[in-house]
Amino acid sequence: MTMNHHSNTPALEVREISKYFGSVIALSGVSMRLLPGEVMCLLGDNGAGKSTLIKTLSGVHKPDAGEYLVDGRPVSFDSPREALDHGIATVYQDLAMIPLMSVTRNFFLGSEPTVGRSIFKRFNVQRAREIVREELSKMGIDIRDPDQPVGTLSGGERQSVAIARAVYFGAKVLILDEPTSALGVKQAGVVLRYIAQARARGIAVIFITHNPHHAYPIGDKFTILKRGRTLGTFTKRELPREKMIHLMSGGDELERLEHELRGFHDQQADILADAIHEEEELY
Amino acid sequence: MSGQAIDKGKGDERLLRESFLKRWLRRPELGAVGGAVLVWFFFAVVAGNRGFLSLRGAANYLEVASELGILAVAVALLMIGGEFDLSVGSMIGATGMIIAILSVHFGWNIWAAIVVSLFFALIVGAINGILVIRTKLPSFIITLGSLFVIRGATIGLTRLITGRTQVGGIKGAVGYDSASALFTSGIQIVDPASPRGLSADFPISIFWWLLIAAVATYVLLRTRPGNWIFGIGGDEDAARNVGVPVDRMKVILFMLTAAAAWLVATTQVLATGGADTLRGEQREFYAIIAVVIGGTLLTGGYGSAIGAVFGALIVGMVQQGIVFTGIDSDWFMVFLGAMLIVAVLVNNYIRKHAAEAK
Repeated sequence: MTMNHHSNTPALEVREISKYFGSVIALSGVSMRLLPGEVMCLLGDNGAGKSTLIKTLSGVHKPDAGEYLVDGRPVSFDSPREALDHGIATVYQDLAMIPLMSVTRNFFLGSEPTVGRSIFKRFNVQRAREIVREELSKMGIDIRDPDQPVGTLSGGERQSVAIARAVYFGAKVLILDEPTSALGVKQAGVVLRYIAQARARGIAVIFITHNPHHAYPIGDKFTILKRGRTLGTFTKRELPREKMIHLMSGGDELERLEHELRGFHDQQADILADAIHEEEELY
Repeated sequence: MSGQAIDKGKGDERLLRESFLKRWLRRPELGAVGGAVLVWFFFAVVAGNRGFLSLRGAANYLEVASELGILAVAVALLMIGGEFDLSVGSMIGATGMIIAILSVHFGWNIWAAIVVSLFFALIVGAINGILVIRTKLPSFIITLGSLFVIRGATIGLTRLITGRTQVGGIKGAVGYDSASALFTSGIQIVDPASPRGLSADFPISIFWWLLIAAVATYVLLRTRPGNWIFGIGGDEDAARNVGVPVDRMKVILFMLTAAAAWLVATTQVLATGGADTLRGEQREFYAIIAVVIGGTLLTGGYGSAIGAVFGALIVGMVQQGIVFTGIDSDWFMVFLGAMLIVAVLVNNYIRKHAAEAK
């Protein structure tokens, strides 16, 4: 699945990076590497440092310690735009698109194709429409009308358009911040298929999700964050589905809670523990 | 959406089947175009025999609409970009007075006075924009402040310099004739409806109004900065993240509204031969009303310059139409306010249906 690597140079690598906010240690010595055409799932509970890590990767924050390399070269970004210029594109769950603007206008916002010279230079709307239709159909999205406002698209389509935009503008690394968390099963499937398409084009993907059912089928590697540190990066072979689910859902804590509740010898507590157990099995 | 009922395999053909109505519904100005037709019919029926339908009647409301329209088109661009400018009314008073004082009191060539006045407008517009960006305060507050500062300074300085609050005698200034040709000439057409053979005077401001609206529409729909304006108004942070020069665009938009106020002031000063420190009062509200009637969202990101044209036309027709009906023109504001609310409700209704039809 991931054998079509163009090189062995990681598209993105961080070595021992740390980030502090005042006295709070948000990230502590986090290392990970990502090859082109690889999907890495970033897993971890709330407060584990996932969002600090992706904000550091996407140029919003600057790391306080450690190294950040893109294509094997050390980088230091002052803004998300700089990261974008290096091919690091981040698609945020909420900030992706402007609902009142058309698909085409959203797609090219800030990078509009033009025709003509000097004062006759104009936004080549026709060309833009063609590109959008073409790029989206390449990724298996059949858009009815590139002029329709993004607000009329479904959540999955919206995410997909944002991803298609990042891919079209030359993203080498795609950071997806919980793109599927607000979506239903079918819509999430659209986005997952899309991530697979991006991978097939040799793009490295960092995929943040809470849902093991979304992470496991698409992920090649799994990095688990806990309290600002990595518990390590595992390949799919090293991390069977059950273990991943256990790690993701905070299994240790749930077990401890179960024992604690058992200790009450209270019927109510047993019922509650069963419920928790059942919930765990559901995953 | 109608497209889904049609065979999926046909690809692009589904687009052709999409009705023109559907495309129209998606345009912001639809409500204003319909409103203008309704208002015209209303006055045609109520005041048709009292001169509303005559050429002179048309010249009358078009002149009012054009002065408001010049302002409204610039304000529309700014509001699509997500900001307000309440200082345009004061700016009309200030720039007009600058022209009058320089050309009459100091004896300058009127062209020089007009150019200095334009520079003043551009600088104050830029200051408005920079203050909004730097302080991150709502532009409503910043320009509400500059509304009072500009008006107050205009009255204070004019009285200091001339001892009065009105300056006349511009028609005797050096260069008046050539300036007047550019800003206040018009086309006279003999009105066949007039029993005494009077002519209807269509001022050149109508031409300026339509030209500015055409340029603004082109910029909005067919240039990169136009796309940026929509993006900035829709989501400033998202626009900035994809590299749109948000701050620069905002400053330019504030400069444009100030320049539009200057153009209106120049036209008025040359046409009436004098300036008054109170000129342009409440024009900022009229302009916002015209823009909102024209379908532009108060919150930005959506709207059109053509809508502002029709919004201004509606306001002009109502303002002058009431005179033709013989109703006391005191009632104009009642009409205007009620119309604003109805227009916003209708526009919201249309937009909702256009957006949700899936």
